[in-house]
Amino acid sequence: MARKLLLEHVHIPGINTFEVYRQKGGYRAAEKALRTLSPEDVVEEVKKSGLRGRGGAGFPTGMKWSFLAKPEGVPRYLVCNADESEPGTFKDRYLMTHIPHALIEGMIVASYALGANTSYIYVRGEMMPQIRILERAIEEAKAAGFLGTNILGSGYNLELYVQPGGGAYICGEETALLESLEGKRGNPRIKPPFPAVAGLYNCPTVVNNVESIAATVPVLNIGGEEYAKIGIERSTGTKLISASGNINKPGVYEIELGLPVEEFIYSDEYCGGITKGKRLKAVVAGGSSVPILPANLILKTAKGDNRLMTYESLADGGFASGTMLGSGGFIVFDEDQCIVRNTWNFARFYHHESCGQCSPCREGTGWMEKVLHRLEHGHGKMSDIDLLVDVSKKIEGNTICPLGDAAAWPVASAIRHFRDEFEWHVTHGEEAQIRNFGLAHYADPLTVES
Amino acid sequence: MLSVKNNHPTEFQDELIAQFDEIVKRYPEGRQKSALLPILHAVQAAFGWLSVDAMDKVAAYLEIEPIEVYEVATFYTMFFLQPQGKYVLEVCRTGPCCLVGAERIMKHIEHRLGVKENEVTPDGLFSWRGIECIAACGMGPVLQIGPTYTYYENLTEESVDQLIEELKSK
Amino acid sequence: MADNEKLKVSIDGIQVEVAPGTTILNAARQIGGDIVPPAMCYYSKLQGSGGKCRTCLVKVSKGSEKDPRPMPKLVASCRTTVMDGMEVQNITSNEVLEARKGVVEMLLINHPLDCPICDQAGECHLQDLGFEHGAAATRYEFERRTFERIDIGDKIQLHMTRCILCYRCVFVADQLTDKRVHGVLGRGDAAEISTYIEKAIDNNFSGNVIDVCPVGALTDKTFRFKNRVWFTKPVDAHRDCPDCAGKVTLWYKGEEVLRVTARKDQYGEVEAFICNTCRFDKKQTSDWVIEGPRKVAHTSVISANHYETLKPLPVVKENPKLQEANKYQFERSVRL
Repeated sequence: MARKLLLEHVHIPGINTFEVYRQKGGYRAAEKALRTLSPEDVVEEVKKSGLRGRGGAGFPTGMKWSFLAKPEGVPRYLVCNADESEPGTFKDRYLMTHIPHALIEGMIVASYALGANTSYIYVRGEMMPQIRILERAIEEAKAAGFLGTNILGSGYNLELYVQPGGGAYICGEETALLESLEGKRGNPRIKPPFPAVAGLYNCPTVVNNVESIAATVPVLNIGGEEYAKIGIERSTGTKLISASGNINKPGVYEIELGLPVEEFIYSDEYCGGITKGKRLKAVVAGGSSVPILPANLILKTAKGDNRLMTYESLADGGFASGTMLGSGGFIVFDEDQCIVRNTWNFARFYHHESCGQCSPCREGTGWMEKVLHRLEHGHGKMSDIDLLVDVSKKIEGNTICPLGDAAAWPVASAIRHFRDEFEWHVTHGEEAQIRNFGLAHYADPLTVES
Repeated sequence: MLSVKNNHPTEFQDELIAQFDEIVKRYPEGRQKSALLPILHAVQAAFGWLSVDAMDKVAAYLEIEPIEVYEVATFYTMFFLQPQGKYVLEVCRTGPCCLVGAERIMKHIEHRLGVKENEVTPDGLFSWRGIECIAACGMGPVLQIGPTYTYYENLTEESVDQLIEELKSK
Repeated sequence: MADNEKLKVSIDGIQVEVAPGTTILNAARQIGGDIVPPAMCYYSKLQGSGGKCRTCLVKVSKGSEKDPRPMPKLVASCRTTVMDGMEVQNITSNEVLEARKGVVEMLLINHPLDCPICDQAGECHLQDLGFEHGAAATRYEFERRTFERIDIGDKIQLHMTRCILCYRCVFVADQLTDKRVHGVLGRGDAAEISTYIEKAIDNNFSGNVIDVCPVGALTDKTFRFKNRVWFTKPVDAHRDCPDCAGKVTLWYKGEEVLRVTARKDQYGEVEAFICNTCRFDKKQTSDWVIEGPRKVAHTSVISANHYETLKPLPVVKENPKLQEANKYQFERSVRL
């Protein structure tokens, strides 16, 4: 069995209550931090752990913390990004539902490290049940003296609040989230300034994903160096993977980074293989934004090495033959799935979720959706395929926030790896309405121009 | 196009105002606009949707301009700007759920309720719509029903029928 | 850093020294000429504007003297401040020109292209942008997004179909008027400028939304379909106004003042905002002290119909027959 740091006690009845969580060793990290460590020590420990942001970008958490500006007399804020909205990702919901105190304790540790006295957990509005769970957990922690004034006699004060979103994927982008938390439309801000300098209410702010914050608890418990021993290279520690699609055991799994992808898909400990014994067609490994890979490339890199669940291995080959770990939203497609239809579905998602602020994303996402809709429904033209690639290039890198890239990559990668399926939709428009392209032998990506 | 001509008078009960007062305490002095989203949720939970009058009253409470409330309410898709059915079945229509049959479930709901997306059944009980990913991909197909946003997971045609019957008899 | 210290920046190889805090766009404007990136949403007099349209994207090929690494992506020049030693490429970078072409295409796919009946034609920034940077044909084959025309007050018409969502009019309402009643509603490509419920924008400075609008989305109803702008004569004038600086441009057709606007510089920005009284209610020459013809850039279509001098072609001067045939033209040029 792989080592579990976040979900070790997830199946223990009552672990969602303070009492049971505490019995199982909960709030030791908070105690350790507040009683024996300085805020700088905590930052140092997290740096040593090599923990990287679990929300998608993979930026080292300790380094992000050390960038926080600390001007005299200005409050600093920690905001937890619990706006989990990336299609394929549902790990944060799982963690907050079952072990809410892991997040609360992490918030205490992280807020202390950053010198924040008021912190917010921004939870997507659709997660009203999780909001209630967190609010109850906060009350329990407060009653036990872990929140409020002079926590554990340390002189440190912390108030923790839960803020609901309102239904907008874009609020997962940290500056859009801050705008939303200020009661505005979720329009991403133009950077610089970065939140570390001018974030919430124009004050220095750190925004971290739920899992990143929760992971600081085991980091303190076992020590940063020990944590860094788990995993491979710069992918340290454990990661929650949300597995969905055509697999026998969809769900949230805590893995040690470095697990082979093949084992993750086929082992009974994890996904348990493809449903009904079908063959694997493709995988989106890190949430809908990351490039989709065909079966051969998700299991092995273009060089022929085993593909591992790490930031580096999944990215091996760049966008020509690789992808990204992203938020760990692992979507599995069996041989019966239509890549064109799924690409259209994702394009519709990004079109729906574009905030509309900047022109390439506002106009381009809708354009791609329309062209893909036409292709999927058998009315496409051969030139549509290159048009899509070109429109995606016109969006990518030219927008205010990464939603433009997130909208462009799935389209560009689907065409890169499954071009014959798109072409078949053009040449066999009517047939494509009745049956799917199925599992063809896709060209070796290395011979296809990137 | 967003343009509303009718107005729908709305009275806020004292309990609702008391709820607002609690929410506003979470933010620093002068940052009461931060309370806008939680307050709009509270209003929608009480009335089922957001009328212009309700939004104007929220603006007055928070001491902001009404347009600031309209801007926010029209940006976030959870807020209803028109009256809905008592139960709004919101079905996830995004990729991972579609891999496991969400489109079939939506068709079934449309057929079962006899109304198109965003329409209300004649008895006023139900409306339905497809929504984007609600972070339950491993339990798909999935739908949620406000204002508690309870999730119904691993949907089948049978479980949808059962759910509709249960809601009818409530 | 001392306050008077200047930063060196080069744009397309041209050096300029600017004050700290200057954006790349404004540094380029200090140089002037064709290396100035186009700007559809940035407006120097409106705080917080810019960054949205993406037409002013440039490439930073050297970050600064201290950190010479290039910036990984193209940046919005209107919102990126210069660093000492920064090197910027605008029209010398194919990547920039290609991206800009893409942005122009995006701005146009849902635009109605109704220039023949648009009051903004001739002074429209989108028209100019399309001409200079756009492609010859569109690749967009779907129905274009449309909205109903609405009046926001009796003097201003909102033609949302033409809007490029630059947000300038929202900033005007926020920064110049005491109460904003319009804003951006909806999301994504369904976002629109609106008052949500039918409401007049009733404020003495509201007319400035017309001047800041880069396209024909907000137009002056009192000028609607009165004339093409290039057939009118712009004349600078002023009056002693209690509410604003009272410095305006009057647009004449013959003896008649067809419209009043603020004075605009070569980038289409007003020199000073004006009040609605000056704009809508003072349309008699007797209301104003005339200063003289408004200098309009010779490249502008508005200059087309009012040459200050007419220089006959050399070939006419040398040929007696042509001189006779062009007699009236010569007399006119002397009169002018």
